[in-house]
This record gives sequence, C-alpha cells and structure tokens, in this order.
Amino acid sequence: MTEVREFGRLMQGNEACAEGALAAGARFFAGYPITPSTEIAEILAEKLPQVGGKFIQMEDEIGGMAAVIGASLAGLKSLTATSGPGFSLKQENIGFAAMAEIPCVIVNVQRGGPSTGVPTAPAQGDVMQARWGTHGDHPVIALAPVSVKETYELTIKAFNFAEKFRVPVILLLDEIIGHMRERVQLPSPSEIEVIDRKKPTVGPDKYYPYQDDGTGVPPMANFGDGYRYHVTGLVHDETGFPSNKPEMVKKVLDRLHNKLAKHAHEIIMVEESNLEDAEIMIFAYGSVARSANRAIRNLREQGVKVGLFRPKTIWPFPGEQLRKHLDNVKTIVVPELNMGQLVGEVERAAAGTVSVIPLNRYDGELITPAEIVAKVREVL
Amino acid sequence: MFAQIEEYFRLEKMPHIWCPGCGHGIILGAMVRAIKELGYDQDKTVVVSGIGCSSRASGYLDFNTLHTTHGRALAFATGIKLARPELNIFVVMGDGDCTAIGGNHFIHAARRNIDLNAIIFNNNIYGMTGGQYSPTTPYDKKATTAPYGTIERSFDLVELAKASGATFVGRATAYHTKLLTQLIVQGAKNKGFSVIEAISQCPTSYGRRNKMGDPVEMIKWQKEHAVNVKAAKNMTEEQLAGKFKIGVLHQSEAPEYTAMYDEIIARAQQKVKK
Amino acid sequence: MRNITKEIRLSGSGGQGLILAGIILAEAAIHDGLNTVQTQSYGPEARGGASKAEVIISNGDIDYPKVTRPQVMLAMTQEACDKYVGSLSDDGILIVDSTYVTEIPSTRAKVYALPITRLAIEKVGKTLVANIVALGAVVGLTNIVSREALTDAVLARVPKGTEELNKKALAVGFECAAKAAKQPAGKQVVVAG
Repeated sequence: MTEVREFGRLMQGNEACAEGALAAGARFFAGYPITPSTEIAEILAEKLPQVGGKFIQMEDEIGGMAAVIGASLAGLKSLTATSGPGFSLKQENIGFAAMAEIPCVIVNVQRGGPSTGVPTAPAQGDVMQARWGTHGDHPVIALAPVSVKETYELTIKAFNFAEKFRVPVILLLDEIIGHMRERVQLPSPSEIEVIDRKKPTVGPDKYYPYQDDGTGVPPMANFGDGYRYHVTGLVHDETGFPSNKPEMVKKVLDRLHNKLAKHAHEIIMVEESNLEDAEIMIFAYGSVARSANRAIRNLREQGVKVGLFRPKTIWPFPGEQLRKHLDNVKTIVVPELNMGQLVGEVERAAAGTVSVIPLNRYDGELITPAEIVAKVREVL
Repeated sequence: MFAQIEEYFRLEKMPHIWCPGCGHGIILGAMVRAIKELGYDQDKTVVVSGIGCSSRASGYLDFNTLHTTHGRALAFATGIKLARPELNIFVVMGDGDCTAIGGNHFIHAARRNIDLNAIIFNNNIYGMTGGQYSPTTPYDKKATTAPYGTIERSFDLVELAKASGATFVGRATAYHTKLLTQLIVQGAKNKGFSVIEAISQCPTSYGRRNKMGDPVEMIKWQKEHAVNVKAAKNMTEEQLAGKFKIGVLHQSEAPEYTAMYDEIIARAQQKVKK
Repeated sequence: MRNITKEIRLSGSGGQGLILAGIILAEAAIHDGLNTVQTQSYGPEARGGASKAEVIISNGDIDYPKVTRPQVMLAMTQEACDKYVGSLSDDGILIVDSTYVTEIPSTRAKVYALPITRLAIEKVGKTLVANIVALGAVVGLTNIVSREALTDAVLARVPKGTEELNKKALAVGFECAAKAAKQPAGKQVVVAG
C-alpha cells in the first residue's frame, strides 16, 4: 500500500476497478464470489461503508444483478462483478436493465470457458456474450481496458455512460488485466469527469418516465423522490405501462437502439498507433494488445510497416473507425484469446476489401509477442 | 367500499387481467386497506412484484412500482431497501414465483431478516402459463404438466419461512379478508422480514381441473378448511386433519439487516478516522 | 537511455508467501523510480502445489506482462524448481532454498544454494519470514533493486508490530548473500549456513 507520490504506486487491475468505481461515485455493490473477480467484491466490502455506501454478498449471481438494478432505481450508482459462469447467470436481468433503462455496471473478469472452464486462466471468450448474451435486441456498451491505469479510467467511463445513456455497461477485463499489478499514477479527483443521471425537470404530474426528451434518453426519477411510476421488463409506452401495440413495440426498440447509435462517436473509443504508413494492421484489445504492442515494436525495428488498432469500446463495434484505414492496410491480423469472436466483426467491417487473418489461443495462456510477429511475417 | 381505497389505485389501468372468480383482486384489496390503515405515504411506498398473475398487481397500484423478472422480486427489493431503508416495501409474488424459481431469494431474504413484507398470493398453480403444478400444489392433484396427478410433496410456505428465519409469519385466505388485512398491517409493523401467505383460488386453471366447483365453492372450501390458530389450540390432531391454520403463526426477535448495516458503516467510518 | 529490463521469477509452494514477496519486490522497484509489472500463477489450492510470482522491472514501458526468460529465479521447493527452471536464461541466476531443494536440476545458469528457511528458523525464529530472508538474499546477490528501497517496501507491507522481525529477516538474507558472493567463483555456490 506504499505510495511514493512522484512515482505512483503498485496496483492490481481488480483494485483499480474498485477504486475507479468509488471515484465515479458508485455507492452500491451486490455480487457473488467468483474467481478471478473476487478482489473487486472484497475491496468494495471494505471501502463502500467507509464512504456511506452499501455492499451485499447475495445468495447467487442472479440475485446480485437484481439487487444492483433495485439499488440503482433507488438512486445509488451500482455495480456487480463476476466472471464467465456468473455472467451467464446474470444475463436475464441485464436484459431487464436494458429494457427498463436502469443504469448499472457489470464487470466481467473473463476466464477460460465454456462452463467452469479454467477459472484461473485468462480468456476473451465472452466478447460476443457481452453483446448478445441476453435475449432479444437490446442496447449495450462494453469496454475493454489494456492496463491497470486504463481499468481505473474505463471503470469511471462505464459509470458515466451508464448514467448518461441509462444502459447496462459491461466492463470486460480478463484474468491478466484483473490480476496483474503494475505501477500506476492515478489522476487527481479534480481531473476526473463524473456524470450523473439526468433528473426530471417537471413535477410528478407532468412526468412521463419513458418519454424521449429529444436526446433519446428520458430523465430518470429515483424511487422515493415523489415521482410514482411503473417499471417493467415488458415493452411499455412513455408512461411505463405495458403495451403490445406493434407500433409501440417498434418505437421503443428503435429508441433503445438509437440512443446509443446517435451518440456512437462519444461512446466509441479507440487507440490507433503506427497506422499512418502501415500495410498490416493488428486489431487487438485487452491484455492481447500488450503483446501486440511488443510485437509491433520488434517488427518496426526490422522495418515492417505494421500498426495497432485497439478498440477500448468493443460494443458498439468501431466499424466506421476501422474502415478509415482500409485504403491503406492490406491485411488485418486479429489475435484473440478465443477461437475467433470479434474477428467476425472485423471481417464484416472489412467486407472483403482486405484480408483478415485470425490468430487464436484458447489454452489459458496469453498470446506472446513472438506468435504475433510470426503471424505477421507469414502474411507479409 | 372500493371508494375508500380508490386513491391507491391507477384506475386508468383497469380492468385488471384476472379471471372472473379469481381470488387475487380480493387479496390486493386487503393489502391496500392495510397500507391505508398504516398511513403510509404513497411516495415512500414501493411495491415490487415478480412474474405471474399476482405480479401484475404492481401495475394497478399508485405507488413506486417495479415489475421484475420471474422469481427475483425479493432480490430487486433487497437492493432498493438497502439503498433507501426509509422506504416501505411490499413484495408481491405468486407461489411458483416465490418458492420455485425464487426459492433461493426467499430463504435468504428471511435469513437476513431484511425489512421487507413478502405477500404470497398462493393459488397452488401457475395460472398465467395455463395451469402447471407449482411447489405448493398438493399431492395427487391434476395440472397440465401432471395429467396423472402430482407426485411431488408440496411446500408449507409458513414452515419454510419460519425455518429460514422470518420474524413474522401469518396466513389468511381470500375469504378471511379482515384477518388478511390485519396480518399485513402487523407484518408491516414488524421490523424485519415478514411473510404473509394469502391463500387464493384459481377457478380457471386449478379448480376446474381438480373438480373444486365454481369460485363460490372454492371460497367455501377456504372457509371450511381454515382454522384460526387460536381455535386450533383446543382441537385434536384428528380434528385438524386436512385443515390448515390461519392467523399469526410465528413471531420472533432478530436484528434487522439494514439497521445492522448502518452499524457496519459506523464501524467502517470509525476505522477510517483512526 | 538504454532500455534495461529484468525478469524475476519467485517460485515455491502456496503458503510460502511468494506472491507477497513479488509484490514487495515490485514496490521496491517503484521506490527506485522504475517501472514494474507483477503477475502470478497458482493452482486451485490455497496451500501447497507449485506457485510462482513474477516481476518485470524496467526503466522503460512494459507491455507484454509475462515473464518468458527470467534472468533471476528463486525456487523454494523442489517441485517448483524442477517445474520452472527450464526457461531460466543461460546467463541467469538460480537461487534455491537448500532446506527443500536437494537436487539441483541441470542448468547453464549460475546456481546459489542457500539455506533460506533454515536461516529463518534458526536466526530469526520464524519460518513465516523465509520469504523476506529470500528477498534479502535475491537482492543481495543481484542488486535488481536497491537495499534501501527493498527495506522500505518490506516495512510498508508487513503487519504492524512485526517490523523488527522483518528487518532482521532482511539482514539475515543480505548477510547470506554476502557470504555466497565471497565464495570462489564457480557455477555452483553452496552456503552451509
């Protein structure tokens, strides 16, 4: 816990996530122990009550997600943390949060799957589940940090997006990012932007909880604040009450989708490096992007024109940002810790204009820089 | 009579979806009369429900209302209560909702003794999906998924609640509405987890299939088979056979969860000061 | 500035405090103004099994976080020694706790066999501080971080009231390293204790 001001301090990824949540104003955590995410719960069990917040270990993963939605509806910024098996269990209620537009953050420290899989090994096998895990078409944001410091920053972003757009936001760590410790210098509180949900500006008699105010995101009243309204996972009209009129069903789903589509440029964050003259693009995210960085350094020293495209925002997918580079690059190499998931989105964006080459590892070990170098040499 | 409690309803949401002869409307009426008697501010009262016929109740009521996912009402309610302990929370569930898919949340909410009022509309059947057997369907009864009769033993909700740590447990029926109202009032006053089992009738999906007669017959059945716990004291086992007890069936003392959590906050903040 | 990066692997069995040792070493590197990443791997058991904590220390950025070819390896059990020695750099250093590691596997690295746990018991009076004795020995022999930084990092991490005990453990480790360094140069240096 030593802090040497000028040099920063050693911090674990999961700890950075917990600290980021507190800095973003999170005051409620409900969850269930699961490797490799448990440190987040443990740290928040200690720290939340210190700031007047609440922590509860629920009877199961599903209950954890439910309590998070309840607490958020009552006005507290709320999160849960889990890994693959728990993420699967939470899906129904993640859909509820999307439909009822309740802000919340779900941290998934990914481990090897399917099923119980390899609990202590890293993986990126849940990126498609993050998008389509709950049934039906639904809005969702998913972010994937590359370092301990970025875990802190993107946890804050996750809360800001959740509050601003009234959506569940999924923070996708992996076992490496969650468990590694590295030197970090965190921003001071004055440098951190914290966004709170938009409250109604009209009195209860004029308040329609699901009425678009032009932004696509209706203002949200907290339970207990004098605005009595109804919240349901059924398709509902502006008043919040169920409706199964076809035109209303379409209208609601369109708004849920458009509220993110309209603000895609704000939500989508990417890091682009060495791409100006690159013939080969490496598309990598999370811990794998660290290996990619090393590989690019080595290849550049050898004169190979290769660059990195790193989505910090996985969903919505940065297709437009990726397409900007398609005139220059000839090949995109996509290393992932799965059998090939996000590579499908890259192919969709590339639409046959450049070749897209997957590089996959799903044995519980991080892809090495040497493996990426070898793959790039192979496709040169 | 309805005029006395009209202000607590969202009249524009009527008519309700319940079948003619269903007991749920009577139980909901008893619940609202109890809230009126308690004098709770509508703005500070929350009704959380799960999924099923009974859970549509939340939509008809003019409180802060939350219609959640199947079985999870108590878990959502736990989040609300912990976030804002000053709110009065009623959790409306059906028998399948509460004791099958939501059974885990039920026993743990009871174990925590969190100050929630669970009201279970028990009609012994999954009504909304058309009459499948639930954990409270008695042995050897017919359901669409038990065409030859049920072979599973049923849960006694009262015993389940007691064993799990609920600090107030009562039971009444759609027939015994005054008792039901009083039980809900008492349960709400209990600082802790309160369970009220309200025996309801489902003429459409349960009664019809099990030859229970029309709704009037089903209500009569409730009248004839319920024994007030006070009267039961003077009855023999033989006399009580085939009957069920109603009234206040359990009361105990235990610290309440959110109050204990406030102490955790004080302890944590004390530690930071040091 | 030339990029200097060192990879260190601390291995043994669960319960020997090696992950804590890795954290302390990484924090010492921060005290010295260096960059560092610490990772670990472990089995499902909280005690026993082979476990390792790995630390990368660099004056530049660290991207790939895993140790692939350590220059320094500590082995506190025979099982961990056998399991992890293979990737040790040929010009690296292997430090084994001779209390538990009796057979030195074949390696081109320079080997120091030091009675770490025995020293913890005999000179400090607690098996528990063997990890701190080991850190003293590792830093004493390799200077991967400064002794001052290591001492500060140890004192900041250990429980209140155990500072003196841990200072003593460090001193025992440093002393053992000094003794080993004085031995005639060779591929294997054994300190009897």
